[in-house]
Amino acid sequence: MGVGIEVQNLNAWFGRTQALFDIRMSVAPNHCTAIIGPSGCGKSTFVRCLNRMHETIPDTRVSGTVTIGDMEVYNGTPAVQVRRHVGMVFQKPNPFPTMSIYDNVAAGLKLNGFRGARKLDEIVERSLRMAALWDEVKDDLRKKSGASLSGGQQQRLCIARALAVEPNVLLMDEPASALDPISTGKIEELIFQLKAKYTIVIVTHNMQQAARVAEFTGFFLLGQLVEFDKTEKIFTKPSDKRTEDYITGRFG
Amino acid sequence: MRTKFQQGLDDLREKLLKMGGMAEQAVDRACQAYRDRDLNLCHRVLEGEGLINAMEREIDEIAFDLLAMQQPMAIDLRFILAVVKINADLERVGDQAVNIAERVMDIVDLPSVTLPVDIPRMASAVEAMVQRSLESFIDGKAELAQAVLEMDNVVDRMRDEAFITLVRAMNENPALTRQALDSLLIARNLERVADHATNIAEDVIFWVQGTDIRHHFQAPAND
Repeated sequence: MGVGIEVQNLNAWFGRTQALFDIRMSVAPNHCTAIIGPSGCGKSTFVRCLNRMHETIPDTRVSGTVTIGDMEVYNGTPAVQVRRHVGMVFQKPNPFPTMSIYDNVAAGLKLNGFRGARKLDEIVERSLRMAALWDEVKDDLRKKSGASLSGGQQQRLCIARALAVEPNVLLMDEPASALDPISTGKIEELIFQLKAKYTIVIVTHNMQQAARVAEFTGFFLLGQLVEFDKTEKIFTKPSDKRTEDYITGRFG
Repeated sequence: MRTKFQQGLDDLREKLLKMGGMAEQAVDRACQAYRDRDLNLCHRVLEGEGLINAMEREIDEIAFDLLAMQQPMAIDLRFILAVVKINADLERVGDQAVNIAERVMDIVDLPSVTLPVDIPRMASAVEAMVQRSLESFIDGKAELAQAVLEMDNVVDRMRDEAFITLVRAMNENPALTRQALDSLLIARNLERVADHATNIAEDVIFWVQGTDIRHHFQAPAND
């Protein structure tokens, strides 16, 4: 099941440049939360702080607390363990190109030392079904490589790969921005289905997409969380003038 | 800034104001026709109805295109929704003006009589409501729209008084029945125009403040 995320006084830096300022946010379990804002506002940095991906970039720093369920992300929990609980899907689908579809999905489990071929088969099938890809690839699981799939299929393969390790939270950083409307529709439908089992945080530049998939939306600007509220409130009657200016295109 | 979108919104605003002017003029002409027993003005009201209807379709089309092509949000979305609803109300104001003109055409065929009702006074109040509701739209002023809402009770009372006095007049002098009935219907048409002005004022408040005050609705405190 999905778990809630509590973010308190989160700050992040790239070298001396501060990218996030004192972010506080409560992400509801088993809901989709959208993060919107102009380029460079810190929205991707924010989600990358939730699973300690930010620290993979040299000369970066984070302060504050992030609690996912009962796991303290920045207080003694190994980064690998955090990332096992918090899956991530990126803007550009990134399947392992030389691996088969099956091996792509199984990669995370194998990396964690998982044994048991029959059980692995079950998990691969279940993950591909949850990612709404099973019917399209079931006959070519070991024959075709991940790279041979279409862009939309590759993205769903990456979602299946993230789901295979049974995370509690799924982070999606512009997961549909490189996809056509049909593939985008499939990803959005998938998000709707996945909410039953996972907590989802999605970064998107597409405000209609945020309005379609998310129950809550946060607007970031210059590294600050300007407004966080129910999505319908943000897109019909935002409280902050800066949010309104951004979503109505009056920015700048 | 989305220039094309902004131009679309400006176009919509301009067309709606033109529509408002046409509807306002239709009511004014119909009331003038009543005062002066002027058949010529009645015909002009009837002729103007087609133009109002055409303008209603044109405004709806622009709004529809903006919704489909620009996917407006927040205050822009509220503005377009308000325009679509105000547009429908203005078209109905035009219909009421036609109804009044038709009653006047009937009255003009009958002998002139003195009736215990002050239709011109009621017309002035109603026309002021329409004018102010449109002013509140032009300036985006919720306070002005609020003032229109408060005027509606006055017009309702005028309509009730007209009903009582005209029914009494018909009972006391049945020869006046047709003229009294026409005047009663005109009072009712004017009261409907006032209702449309009230709707317009409510839509302006929705656009400006994002608050739905129709039917005295109050959103739950935590919403």
